[in-house]
Amino acid sequence: MANVKLTIDGKTVEAPANTLLIEAARRAGIEIPAFCYYEGLALQAACRMCLVEVEKAPKLMTACTLPVAEGMVVRTNTPQVAQARKSMLEFVLTNHPLDCPVCDKGGECELQDMVFRYGAGESRFLEVKQHVDEREWSPVVFYDRPRCILCFRCVRICAEGMGVAALGVVNRGASSEIAPNRGDHLECDECGMCIDICPVGALTSGTYRYRTRPWEMQHVGTICTHCADGCKTTLGIRNNRIHRGNNRDRSGVNGEFLCIKGRYAGDFAHHEERLLTPLVRSQDGFKPVSWAEAIKTVAGRFAEIRQRGGKFGVIGSNHTTNEENYYLQKLARTGLGTNNIDHHRTGDVLSLLRARVPLATTADLYHSKAVLIVGVDLAQQHSFLAYQIRANWRHHQARVYTVRRGPVREDKIAARIVSVEPGGELAGVETLRDDLAKEPELVILFGDAIQGEAVARLTEFGSSLGIPVKYVCLVDYSNSRGAVEMGVLPAEGGMTLPEMMAAGDLDALWVVGANPLRRHALAGKPFLVVQDLFLTETAQAADVVLPAASAYEKSGTVTNVCGEVQRLQKAFETPGTKTDLEIFGLIAREMGLDLKQLGPWTPSAVFAEIARTVPGYDLPVEVLEAGGAVQAGPSDGLPDAVWAPVQSAGDTLFTSGTLGRYSKMLNAVREAPGELYRA
Amino acid sequence: MLYNEPSPLEVKVLTRRFGLPNSQSLDTYLASDGYKAFRKAVEMGPEKVLEELKVSNLRGRGGAGFPTGMKWGFVPRNSPKPKYVVVNADEGEPGTCKDRLLMENDPHQLLEGMLIAGFVVDAHVGYIYVRGEYRYVIEILDRAIAEAYERGYLGKNILGTGFDFDVYTHTGAGSYECGEESALLESLEGKRGVPRIRPPFPAVAGLYQCPTVLNNVESFSAVPAIIRDGGAAFAALGTPKNGGTRLFCISGHVNKPGVYELPMGFNLLRMINEVAGGVRGGKKLKAVIPGGSSCPVLKAEECDISMDFDSLAKAKSMLGSGGVIVMDEDTCMVKAALRIMRFYQHESCGWCIPCREGTLWLRKLLARVHEGGGTQSDVPLIGELAKNMLGRTFCPLGDAAAMPTIAFVEKFREEFEAHLNGAPCPFESKPVSA
Ligand SMILES: Cc1cc2nc3c(=O)[nH]c(=O)nc-3n(C[C@H](O)[C@H](O)[C@H](O)COP(=O)(O)O)c2cc1C
Ligand code: SF4
Ligand code: SF4
Ligand code: SF4
Ligand code: FES
Repeated sequence: MANVKLTIDGKTVEAPANTLLIEAARRAGIEIPAFCYYEGLALQAACRMCLVEVEKAPKLMTACTLPVAEGMVVRTNTPQVAQARKSMLEFVLTNHPLDCPVCDKGGECELQDMVFRYGAGESRFLEVKQHVDEREWSPVVFYDRPRCILCFRCVRICAEGMGVAALGVVNRGASSEIAPNRGDHLECDECGMCIDICPVGALTSGTYRYRTRPWEMQHVGTICTHCADGCKTTLGIRNNRIHRGNNRDRSGVNGEFLCIKGRYAGDFAHHEERLLTPLVRSQDGFKPVSWAEAIKTVAGRFAEIRQRGGKFGVIGSNHTTNEENYYLQKLARTGLGTNNIDHHRTGDVLSLLRARVPLATTADLYHSKAVLIVGVDLAQQHSFLAYQIRANWRHHQARVYTVRRGPVREDKIAARIVSVEPGGELAGVETLRDDLAKEPELVILFGDAIQGEAVARLTEFGSSLGIPVKYVCLVDYSNSRGAVEMGVLPAEGGMTLPEMMAAGDLDALWVVGANPLRRHALAGKPFLVVQDLFLTETAQAADVVLPAASAYEKSGTVTNVCGEVQRLQKAFETPGTKTDLEIFGLIAREMGLDLKQLGPWTPSAVFAEIARTVPGYDLPVEVLEAGGAVQAGPSDGLPDAVWAPVQSAGDTLFTSGTLGRYSKMLNAVREAPGELYRA
Repeated sequence: MLYNEPSPLEVKVLTRRFGLPNSQSLDTYLASDGYKAFRKAVEMGPEKVLEELKVSNLRGRGGAGFPTGMKWGFVPRNSPKPKYVVVNADEGEPGTCKDRLLMENDPHQLLEGMLIAGFVVDAHVGYIYVRGEYRYVIEILDRAIAEAYERGYLGKNILGTGFDFDVYTHTGAGSYECGEESALLESLEGKRGVPRIRPPFPAVAGLYQCPTVLNNVESFSAVPAIIRDGGAAFAALGTPKNGGTRLFCISGHVNKPGVYELPMGFNLLRMINEVAGGVRGGKKLKAVIPGGSSCPVLKAEECDISMDFDSLAKAKSMLGSGGVIVMDEDTCMVKAALRIMRFYQHESCGWCIPCREGTLWLRKLLARVHEGGGTQSDVPLIGELAKNMLGRTFCPLGDAAAMPTIAFVEKFREEFEAHLNGAPCPFESKPVSA
């Protein structure tokens, strides 16, 4: 689009034709106040805060709807404009309760800021204010009508951003209210996007309301530990507790997006059943012991088994950090001398890495002209990826193709939908060949329906289209991808996870942040060591249980579903627990292993070694440290690793494996039980 | 059905069939030139019809007075999208009650106007959006439509011309705002009746984002006469730039309230005194709202004025939708202002801050002042709040509430002041409540 030149407050500004005046001004450093205008959402022109003088226009114009034009002369700093802003704020405050002292939003409220900058110091409104009682729409969302300025951001983010459209407007005039889709309650994603986008305290969340004030918290940006999409969540911490999660600063790959898990399901960390002391099995059940004693017990048995050439099995996690995964596999291989190491494989990353094809980033999902989703209910399992694709469709008219077994939300935006029977996914993809070949580019996302040989066939299909194609192999949990790349996989001759569980002749089984007993029976009676947050099914069977810190209580890096590496920041501490990395180090030291060869167990030292030794991980540390995301470079395809079938954890929007069972918020929402909720 | 005696001063063009036996029927319509204009339009071709319309100086009768020919000319006739004809029969402006009579007494005239519009812009579907309260009018329209279908005046290949046209009625649900053209289109599409951002205007992106001719009932009803007798003849009935006649709805304190068809530019005082029989009970005239409640009030001494769009604009008021509300010397102007604000507050759709909050504040403020609870500073505040709304709202409803309010305080300031500090309303013993 050609550029035009215009003048704003005497300053010459250049902007592409059709840019909205409010955006052109912002880019030139001139702020035009706005409540209803919100980048990326449909225009409303409802709040009238953005009125400016435009030469030759008979009246003030809304900068949020006016495209810039050549020679346009705009003034935002005149007495008339100032008076208009002041009067809008005076109007909007007439029925506002002015309960800032007890409002969650106090201190970070756009209305407060706006009145501070542009409003009047006193009110001329002497009449009686309207009152409507507060409503609880769900355990997550509460609505306080008197505080609502009817900017309709919540309505739009829900309909446009989430594709849910659970919010609407009822009544009219000054009696207008935002209302939920089920009359008196919500049935929705419970993502809280509406709450965070609300400029005022009209929408508040069940986890945060009336708990604390924004300035009393520390705000720590870290990565959500639930699904593999890798959303940055900024945790609000006070007194060692998470009070909220949001991403208002739009840092991270996800911008302001978070689903219910990233925003509210950090509460598992404070669950009363959290393990706070190591446990050792005795005749009459578990006995709490000191860390020193627990480490001694584990190290003693491990050393003894090692010495007599016993058989170890190690099961790693898809929640732990790259540093922990790397250190664990190194410790297993060099320290325990075992090659029996694996994790719950939720998607066939290994086959995709071996195909040596380009991998998409989360940004690619927003920019690619076409997207093909194969065999997965993305809105349920990868809420952020689904959000990206929806935004791409809205903003860039991306063409979306779905190949799936039953209806999915992405069908609503799909150019073509292919219904298949289980196992028919590849054949379904084939029927799209002609359409896809006409696309300028494509991103293909696939779930566990495509694995092994099928991955190779899918990538061959992609290559045969004659267009640039990138891929995403969908996996579950925050670091499934990293577990593969860090080598938490058996090499030739080693046992896979199902093999270890079935072996019956293991002398020791070390399970870190995983709950294999949920899906597999354990044959035999190995010495079972479990590192976890809770007394899971697996932990209950253990000989020693070591209470681990959660992802929110440690530093390190994780690799998301698109191979983007990001940094975890320790947000708080749960006394009594230790990070898995520290536990590994303590066990190694107690066993008297060669610590020089293993290296120090600090995240930065381990990452430095990863950068040296893991192909694709020589990444700019300064970018990671600054909170950026960097996609790992090409992998060598882990030539030594043993392939094994994969199975998705099959989580929905409201479950998150074992961890999800300990999130009160996830279990409180009514969409959770029973038949899968679908918007 | 007629509600008032006709006046000998009337010039009956649109109302010429009013009072004929069975005036709603197709036969009556056909017996008095019915559907001749459509045949003629087809012979003339779209360009010529448009030209005649421009010559006629017909200006929109819905309120804004935009030249109808020009509006139809904005519709991209060759657009590949379907085009639509939409009749605004929401008739919501207080003081206005003419569209109802046009539909009740001569529905085929309206249908013929729609047909011609469809022919001009190449539309094949028309909707009549009728205010919900006009149930019985919809029944009349539906009967007329059915009759037109039966006899080949609607449907496929109308009168052998090869032109197809379907018409549907659609009912509003009791919202003044749904008379605003873009809110009407939203409502017609089945959505909440809130206005749209404009531009684009309906001519380019109207119903279902397709090019749409949207006019008032009276505007469409004038079209057959214009085509039949020529644009020049219609224009000649009125004043320059204000062609033809229009239906004035005279209400309030006159002896013979009613709807009268008079040439554009008819003098307002004559209208009151000679057409409507003068002020009731021999009282003195105090004020007139000349074009529906949104139009700034005229003081008695301003009423010697030509009733056309331009003269009223010059007098800082509006011809609006033709609702002439006459108020005698006993009328309380504070109460009048309050009554009008109550209406707009009740009808504000709530989309934008200044109208939503401004009308409510003003309603409460005016009610307090009328009840004697006002103080000196409240009087200028009324005008100031209205000015803070004026020209700043999302749609013209906000202006419609602000404009009359500003005029009331400016022109009758002493009446507002007479209500302050506990004084009872000088015009009545019982106060109205807000
Ligand atoms: C709040 C509001 C209410 C309106 N109500 C009506 C109405 O009831 N009937 C009508 O014909 N026009 C109404 N209008 C005017 C319409 O927006 C539109 O200008 C008109 O229907 C166009 O037809 P015309 O050009 O034939 O006048 C209203 C406008 C506003 C702003
Ligand atoms: S609840 Fe918040 S976001 Fe929604 S309309 Fe009201 S103020 Fe705007
Ligand atoms: S989409 Fe995934 S990573 Fe993002 S907030 Fe939800 S669970 Fe966390
Ligand atoms: S001025 Fe604003 S609130 Fe009033 S009716 Fe129009 S859009 Fe709705
Ligand atoms: S930002 Fe322009 S009207 Fe709200």
